[in-house]
Amino acid sequence: MTRWGPFEITRRGLLWGGVTAAGGSVICASGSSIAQSEHLADHMADHSAHTAASPLPGHGSAHGAMITVGEVDEARNGFETAKLLTEWDTGTVSRLPDGRVLRTFELEGIDKEIEIAPGIMFPAWTYNGRVPGPSLRATEGDRLRIVFRNLGSHPHSMHFHGIHAARMDGVPGAGLIDPGDEFVYEFDARPFGCHLYHCHALPLKRHIQKGMYGLFVIDPDPARHPELTDIARSRLLGTPENAEWQEFAMVMNGFDTNFDNENEVYAVNTVAHAYMKRPIRIVRDRPVRIYLANVVEFDPINSFHLHANFFNYFEQGTTLTPTLSTVDLITQIQAQRGILEFSFKDHEPGLYMFHPHQSEFTELGWSGMFDVVEAIA
Amino acid sequence: MNEVSRIAAAEPTAGPARKSRAAFLWLILPMAALGLAIVWLVAVNPLSRFGNGAPPVETLTFERTILSDDGIRVLVRAGGSEPMTIAQVQVDDAYWQFAQDPPGPIGRGSTAWIHLPFPWVLGEAHAINIVTNTGATFEHEIAVAVPTTAHNATSLLSQGLLGVLVGLVPVAIGMMFYPALRGVGRDGMDFLLALTVGLLAFLLVDATAEAFELAGESAAIFQGQAMVWLAAAASFLLLMAVGRRQGAPSGLALATFIALGIGLHNLGEGLAIGAAFAAGAAGLGSFLVLGFMAHNITEGIGISAPLLKKRPALWIFAALALLAGGPAVVGLWIGSLAYAPQWSALALAVGAGAILQVMVEVAAYLMRSDGRGSTALLAPTTIAGLTTGVAFMYGTAMLVKI
Ligand SMILES: [Cu+2]
Repeated sequence: MTRWGPFEITRRGLLWGGVTAAGGSVICASGSSIAQSEHLADHMADHSAHTAASPLPGHGSAHGAMITVGEVDEARNGFETAKLLTEWDTGTVSRLPDGRVLRTFELEGIDKEIEIAPGIMFPAWTYNGRVPGPSLRATEGDRLRIVFRNLGSHPHSMHFHGIHAARMDGVPGAGLIDPGDEFVYEFDARPFGCHLYHCHALPLKRHIQKGMYGLFVIDPDPARHPELTDIARSRLLGTPENAEWQEFAMVMNGFDTNFDNENEVYAVNTVAHAYMKRPIRIVRDRPVRIYLANVVEFDPINSFHLHANFFNYFEQGTTLTPTLSTVDLITQIQAQRGILEFSFKDHEPGLYMFHPHQSEFTELGWSGMFDVVEAIA
Repeated sequence: MNEVSRIAAAEPTAGPARKSRAAFLWLILPMAALGLAIVWLVAVNPLSRFGNGAPPVETLTFERTILSDDGIRVLVRAGGSEPMTIAQVQVDDAYWQFAQDPPGPIGRGSTAWIHLPFPWVLGEAHAINIVTNTGATFEHEIAVAVPTTAHNATSLLSQGLLGVLVGLVPVAIGMMFYPALRGVGRDGMDFLLALTVGLLAFLLVDATAEAFELAGESAAIFQGQAMVWLAAAASFLLLMAVGRRQGAPSGLALATFIALGIGLHNLGEGLAIGAAFAAGAAGLGSFLVLGFMAHNITEGIGISAPLLKKRPALWIFAALALLAGGPAVVGLWIGSLAYAPQWSALALAVGAGAILQVMVEVAAYLMRSDGRGSTALLAPTTIAGLTTGVAFMYGTAMLVKI
């Protein structure tokens, strides 16, 4: 190192576009970044310990304070991210003359500003005032009747991933509804699986990205799967076998807040870092099933990675045996979805992270924690 | 008053008192009309019918960036139609914990500090992206992350030394050519004066361009472009008026004006260097320092040119060197302590106006001292001097461009 008047000239400094760090008090180049990182780690630990809003003061420091600041006003939003996981809309059940189940769902298209990260408001278009829309759940073979009223400012529709007539497709000319109008979609619930529905009005990207999508789960009818009855029963909502499972609905989504065709916020179930700040409670010895769908616009691929564990994956949920066994990462293209099954019964209690393995998405809000606990007495 | 009484005399029916009452009335009436318009605007709010539910226009400018052991601090200024609320901050496409001081919405034209406990990496680039409550984003790039100089007596002293080195010393070195230049004849004198105009022309272009660039970076509320034009024009006219009070300046007076113009330019230059320290965008390298020095030596020659026919005392040279080079020190301090692009733009614009005034005066002096009038301006020696001045400044400026 050359000392030249008040300047310190380092060779490394010269490499930065021909300028060097200078000035008597400018610290020497090498070594300072390490010292700084250590200092920062301490600093952050202090910082997050003082962040009263976070119910988990410890883990902020472990992840380098890489988190949104503050809390979302869930009362104003009108939906709670914790409840989005387990709330299923099973509709109103009645019997048709031939004895079949008629399941009727009622949905409304509503323009609503929602808070997608603390302090960031998003002018959303919603089904029933929430994003994602209600997780509709039916049983294989049911007759479905979905009454959709458009109370919003734009034409909307409901396009179901499932098997139905052309007239029920929810596209322009076949079930697209103008503001103030109503349409009834009617078809049979098949095939069983983990599906989704979304608005198919044009421009498509805008209508989906604005928040018009939701899970559409069809449980298998055990009577139709004699060779795998037990598995089918474990999937069928309302059976004792199903009650044993801890089931969660997760829709991976993103929000472009500044109209640059890139997402500023990524999340599962809309609110950035929601399950990071309030981890999802899991009872250790009960199995876990996740209904997972990817509706992120602008980025074609999303993924799900589970820490410290592996899972079985049922592509589209249309099979009763796994299509992928013992994996810790799956990728889903837009509108791709499936069922994840795993268990923490051999693990020690603690916080286990899950997130997409696109680091960018993780760092922009899409990450969460499972809080694995012993069985509650 | 003169005006009033003369008109009064021409119109015998109107007495002076009545006339001044009438004048007073004509002063009050438009004011009252304005007052009424404001009351109506506030009470009726006719602008509301233009409201269409669109979010307010937002702008946010980054004025200062400080990198230190405990992370990154940025000073932001809010613009736009309504107070702005910063909701979240991303660093390198990741949401990051931050603290805002003062907290809450930032009023139009107001500033706030954002503190990010972010482990930045020495020598690498980082991007800060501020997301407001409406989802609008404002990005700021840190091109090369280096720690910002902490301010204490030592750092101010070393910055002062740097200012002396790039401002004062080269001007003084340039002046040391004085004895060698004294023997030059008419052509030599023309050449030197033209050289001065040439170097000033370069500085004028350089300072103006720089001022506009900085004006572009500053918050819209300062109306940078207009500010630069107005400040330059005002300083030019003001200095012309002051300089011409006792006729066209020559000799020491002219040298003083040249020194003042160069001094104002060096103030802007010092602000830029100080700002580079403060922004942590780049340290100052030996190339930069040597470049500034070579660049500024010519300024010393230019200042001495009008003095060649006199024989001023030594202290006058010292004073002139201080006037021309000293502001670099002051600029460095201000720049590193309280940098904001609009203030640098203002300083450079004032400097540009001053330089233009000096160019006009040196050219006038050249015409007078040559005796040939405007013909001298197009003489080969003059053109050679002009070209040499611009070329030399251009060449040495290359050394200081990053
Ligand atoms: Cu729609």
